[in-house]
Amino acid sequence: MTDPVLSLSNISKRFGNVVANDAISLDLQAGEILALLGENGAGKSTLVSILFGHYTADAGSITVFGQPLPAGDPKAALAAGIGMVHQHFTLADNLSVLDNVMLGSESLWQALTRKAAARAKLVQVGQRFGLGVDADALVGKLSVGERQRVEILKALYRGARILILDEPTAVLTPQESEALFGVLAQMVAQGLSIIFISHKLTEVLRVSNRVAVLRAGKLVAQADARDTTQAQLAQWMVGRAISPPQRRPSKHLGKAVCVLEEVSTAHARERLNRASLTLHGGEIVAIAGVSGNGQVALAEVLSGTRRITGGRITLMGQAMPQVASELVALGVARVPEDRHGVGLIGDLPVWENAISERLRSGAFSRGPWVKRRAAQAYAKAVITRFDVRGGGPTTAARSLSGGNMQKLVLGRALMHPGSLAEPDSAAFIPNLIVAHQPTWGLDIGAVAFIHEQLIAARDAGAAVLLISDDLDEVLTLGDRVAVMHGGQLSQARAALDWSRESIGLAMAGAEGVAHAA
Amino acid sequence: MRLEKRQHSSALAMVLAPIGAVAFTLLVSTLLVLWAGAPVGQTYALLAQGAYGSVFALSETLTRAIPLMLTGLAATVAFKAKLFNIGAEGQLYVGAMAAVAVGGMHGGAGWDLPPALLFVLMLLAAALAGALLLLGPALMKARLGVDEVVTTLLLNFIVLLLVSLMLDGPMKDPTAMGWPQSVALRGELELSKLIPQTRLHTGLLGAVALAVALWALMKYTVLGFDIRALGANPRAAAFSGVPVTRTVVMVALLSGGLAGLAGAIEVAGRTSYLTLDMSPGYGYSGIVIAMLAALHPLAVVVASVFVAGMLVGADSMSRAVGVPTFIADVIVAASLISVLVATLLTQYRVRWR
Amino acid sequence: MSDFLDILTNPSFWVAVLRIATPLIVGTLGVLLCERAGVLNLGIEGIMVAGAFTGWLAVYAGAPLWGGVLVAALTGAVLGLLHAFLTVVLALSQHVSGLGITLLATALSYYGYRVSFPKVSTPPTITPFQEMGWLGLPILSQQTPLTLLALVAVPVVAYMLYRTPVGLAVRMVGENPQAAEGQGVSVVAVRTGAIVLGSALMGVAGSFLTLSAFNAFFFNMVNGRGWICVALVVFASWRPGKALLGALLFAFFDALQLRLQQSGAAVLPYQMYLMLPYVLSILALVLVARRASYPQALMKPYRKGER
Repeated sequence: MTDPVLSLSNISKRFGNVVANDAISLDLQAGEILALLGENGAGKSTLVSILFGHYTADAGSITVFGQPLPAGDPKAALAAGIGMVHQHFTLADNLSVLDNVMLGSESLWQALTRKAAARAKLVQVGQRFGLGVDADALVGKLSVGERQRVEILKALYRGARILILDEPTAVLTPQESEALFGVLAQMVAQGLSIIFISHKLTEVLRVSNRVAVLRAGKLVAQADARDTTQAQLAQWMVGRAISPPQRRPSKHLGKAVCVLEEVSTAHARERLNRASLTLHGGEIVAIAGVSGNGQVALAEVLSGTRRITGGRITLMGQAMPQVASELVALGVARVPEDRHGVGLIGDLPVWENAISERLRSGAFSRGPWVKRRAAQAYAKAVITRFDVRGGGPTTAARSLSGGNMQKLVLGRALMHPGSLAEPDSAAFIPNLIVAHQPTWGLDIGAVAFIHEQLIAARDAGAAVLLISDDLDEVLTLGDRVAVMHGGQLSQARAALDWSRESIGLAMAGAEGVAHAA
Repeated sequence: MRLEKRQHSSALAMVLAPIGAVAFTLLVSTLLVLWAGAPVGQTYALLAQGAYGSVFALSETLTRAIPLMLTGLAATVAFKAKLFNIGAEGQLYVGAMAAVAVGGMHGGAGWDLPPALLFVLMLLAAALAGALLLLGPALMKARLGVDEVVTTLLLNFIVLLLVSLMLDGPMKDPTAMGWPQSVALRGELELSKLIPQTRLHTGLLGAVALAVALWALMKYTVLGFDIRALGANPRAAAFSGVPVTRTVVMVALLSGGLAGLAGAIEVAGRTSYLTLDMSPGYGYSGIVIAMLAALHPLAVVVASVFVAGMLVGADSMSRAVGVPTFIADVIVAASLISVLVATLLTQYRVRWR
Repeated sequence: MSDFLDILTNPSFWVAVLRIATPLIVGTLGVLLCERAGVLNLGIEGIMVAGAFTGWLAVYAGAPLWGGVLVAALTGAVLGLLHAFLTVVLALSQHVSGLGITLLATALSYYGYRVSFPKVSTPPTITPFQEMGWLGLPILSQQTPLTLLALVAVPVVAYMLYRTPVGLAVRMVGENPQAAEGQGVSVVAVRTGAIVLGSALMGVAGSFLTLSAFNAFFFNMVNGRGWICVALVVFASWRPGKALLGALLFAFFDALQLRLQQSGAAVLPYQMYLMLPYVLSILALVLVARRASYPQALMKPYRKGER
């Protein structure tokens, strides 16, 4: 057996109290595609960031093509032949494709940029791997798929022989993912070795030669892809046998709670373009689609943070107000996509975050004064009922982990202050829940908890709108599923009426997919 | 070299930080004193004496501290909302102009109203003038994304020219024989002295009361929450339903109003006239004070007394020993930088690669 | 109206325009470099004061004029290094660090001046740069070498920004520092370099006042020129060529109001003419604000390796 091209030995890394990587030893063989599998928070991104030099390991060493790799230095990693395609693209929108790719390839002491030569080389590299792109286009104007191509070309242009891809299919349609897998096969044929990070079991088995499973920072298993099953991988990932998530369809459909008729928003990178949808109490309507097709606009319009420029939206039969505080008063529970940047105010304590959207309703204020005691009692109740760990009402919100932040956001949206006195009253169930990527980046335990809460709310009569990138989540949780493309919504068909193929086609905007409510 | 966030605040760091800040500032100022060829120990002794060493010194320091408290509070409320109001200097002057306009115009007679009412009107006019001056840049930032640092700064220069214009024309004091000052405030409108035979006036009580009021507002009211939320995370604040534009307006009113009041209280308490040089940079010093106080309204009172002490002490020390008064400005600026660095080091640990 | 035309057709007017524009051109280029790298440098006002003082002091102490310019540049560079340390390494608030440096640099300069000349009533003078009569070109011949330096600096800075790898690094660091780091470019090093170079230019801009426009150092000499440079950078959309244009435009109005006052054609009180430059700067900012394409990482602190 030949020597591995890459060898990690006893890599450990902690961030404060959290052990992200615990004595991980791993090899990458020449010409193989190694999948690094694990749930969110298992330590996959940390490990490859250490490999690429974004972080320095606390202990351990790395050998690349037989040479030791200096730690904490992306320049050394690049020189050693390692390239990385980040999950969140590291691209400058205001600069051209060529500029983004070229950066760092010439010495900073050089007196003149050799642009023509660089352009020729970029074209050549693109052709070699089947990744064409316009060198002079501004990155900000490219589609998500094209930007990923630029991100990949950056690494290939620098002569990477080991390529790391961090969750590359998160932003692609099923068809685009297939195309990417073809590109990976091309790369291997040209002599590259690949590390492919994912938390999706199907693609891992589809595309990789070997699988390494991380759990809670430790490497718990390695296996040949042909010799293992999804069930086995899932068990390694979570540490116990888990059954595939069951569908729990709605038992009782209520009346229409929210109706969107030909709704449009102003021209922007993401917008709605005559979207229509009806949401009934007692059902979960899940919206599938590639991120960037208007999901943000849809969520913001229903959350009161974006105005509509055409069409109508009615809530409980009346015109829906476009002011956030009024929506909250009307029983709309909102879970935004970005818990850090939009959902919570990190510098403020948990209790102030808990009441932040209810301050205007008078529940927690008397005249100009805040009712601190009532607010803190409410916060405590939310923390208890929604299992928010890592701090109490006076802890700063930013010290909570991602999962606990999300539970706080969900809890304050779902829990009406009145329900403190009357816990079982149906009057305090929200009318509409708008959940945008509610489980993004969370570990399996937190994901299950959030799903439970949404299902419970639905069974109590709430209308739930779930917008998610994760097709598995959409197809498992949704009673009806609609696909979003180009600011428009397809007909919301029963979940079982969609196949992965038909949904993939709709996500890519294929013709013949009807638009309706 | 890089920084790593500390998990727990180290008690050692909390103690060393302010000491380190003081040490650095003392080092810089000592070097300057040596450069001037003056005896170091005596210089510092005179500085402290001139600031706090006698009832008279203390009264001078506290008198100087009054406008500093107000501009410090103005900067505090604005910076808390991430509205970088650098225009307190100009807002102070328009406040002083408005005070003189209401309380001293028309041959010193003002309007025919009972003095108490006129006094209140005068203060309101001053606060309103300062507030309106800041409102423009604040709205330009909120609606158009124009950086408020430059607009408020440039307005300072414009206001000073406006004051000069007023003093040459409509507000000119006919009895001053060409000296650029305005008509005087009516005697009944002047603030009375706290300590007789000194310049310390009741404005001190007002300033301290405003500090307490601002603290209570920020901590206990809905508006206070809105301001803090907006400054900490504008997107999340908007999502929660904080009325962004209205809050920005309120911040402008509060901040500009406090700075405008500083001008009015200076006129009513210390100078009785509007002059071009009545503020030796109080507006800018207010920013330093706000940062030294870590944007805490009650700490602003303490920081103002410190900075005022430096300025007053330097004046008297300079007369005796000849070290230029600018050393006070150096000390203040150096303490600002060293306090910032020290505070940072309590939250982050330095890591050498 | 005829007074107006008289002023415009008089070549000495245009000489004044170019002279007034010189410190603005250099200062704006300095701010431009810092902001392109993603860092706001509000220390410019103080750095210009310090550059004016140290450059002049060096010449007073016997150095040649260009030596004075060099000293001013070094002063700016040192102050820039402090700003870089505070904002790039320590990631402190860029606003506060810059303002702190302005206060510190100004106070140190005034202190140094007073210590060096404790009992003077009229400021001591030096022999400043002379006009370049040997050039033989209209308007330019009546300028000093520093103006030539300023005009040459514009294409040099543009070349550096757009045609060299280091310029690309500066631009990338101001747009997306993570991207730069991922390509092996040290964000700290590039930002520090840009700030130090930009601040050196600011120091030179200050020295123009004491070594060319005037021959002595006065208090309140800089009088807000630094802030105007900050406004001009936004007006120029962070491009060197437009920065030159903006500085000339501003200088045009400044020279105009001076001439109008002097010619006796002044209808309004002189203060209103003096206000004009500042009002125009604010107007320029408002007009450009909507379309401004900021360097995306401007004013966002960057901490490497932080989760």
